[in-house]
Amino acid sequence: MTWFTIIIAGIITYCMRMTMVALVDRDLLGEKVKAVLAYVPSAVFPAIIFPGIFINDYGTFIEMNDPKIFGAIIAILVGYFSRNVIATIISGLFSYWIIIFLL
Amino acid sequence: MLSKKQLFTKGILAVAPHMFSVIPFGIVCGAIGIELGFSPILVYAMSIIIFGGASQIVFLQLLSGGASALIAVTSVGVINSRHLLYGAVLSEYLEKLSFIKKLLISYLVVDQGFAESNKFFQKNKNETHLHYHLLGSGGTLWVCWQISTLAGIILGSFVPAELGLKFAVPLTFIAIVVQDIKKLDHVIVMITCGLSSLLFFEAPFKSYIIISPIIALFVAALVLRLKK
Repeated sequence: MTWFTIIIAGIITYCMRMTMVALVDRDLLGEKVKAVLAYVPSAVFPAIIFPGIFINDYGTFIEMNDPKIFGAIIAILVGYFSRNVIATIISGLFSYWIIIFLL
Repeated sequence: MLSKKQLFTKGILAVAPHMFSVIPFGIVCGAIGIELGFSPILVYAMSIIIFGGASQIVFLQLLSGGASALIAVTSVGVINSRHLLYGAVLSEYLEKLSFIKKLLISYLVVDQGFAESNKFFQKNKNETHLHYHLLGSGGTLWVCWQISTLAGIILGSFVPAELGLKFAVPLTFIAIVVQDIKKLDHVIVMITCGLSSLLFFEAPFKSYIIISPIIALFVAALVLRLKK
């Protein structure tokens, strides 16, 4: 039963990936829609970033002095100035670890 | 004009730095599956069949918590519905491909690959074989996801939960959008999305992950209208 459920979930996920690429003719989208689509990264990724920082594993809001907030601020600063993905991730993780393990 | 091989390599290199987040998250994902009591083969098969990190974890958590199959499948569908938006953006660059190639390449479209290839596409619209960049980025993410979830399944409880490795996920996406914080219109859209995601976090089926982008895109449309 679990296998069957996984396969259905996989098919649905694949359809989400495939529909707009393979089935929908791009000309159906007007110029206005295309202009709005340029904002997709900025409109989608914060929905992964914000809960990943501000909500803990138990689904509740973190305290304002949580080390994840500090780690995220460091990552934003390092990422903005270095333009380097590795530096962004590592600086965020390390500053988070320094607070939880050393302080 | 870049060759297919050059584009493919550029795709690989574009997502390679994200491995610092993808690999820890893959390990966590595999480990959680085992911890929740599912068989190793089943946990691993999800990485091939579903191939979507967050949705795999949610799926197993729901099933182990006694939720019905319908709820688990619906949640996976809702969480992964954001790929409709990625597809809509990418279709501009993939429209010349044959139908079969479109069907095949779609399987490889995931968050970081979409983000990095889309950045490249915007700057190199005139290249003929653009899809090789997406093959490079998506293929790399696929291989690393397979290896790291497998590693998590094998290592399992050896990975200390205190490390908080899941925190690498928001960090990798911060790296993707951080250069856009100098553009006011993008900042407005990002903050709208982020605040909406916290506001709707309790909405059923993890639907905050698609509700907040839709709200943010409406705000983007408003911003565009005001800019004119």
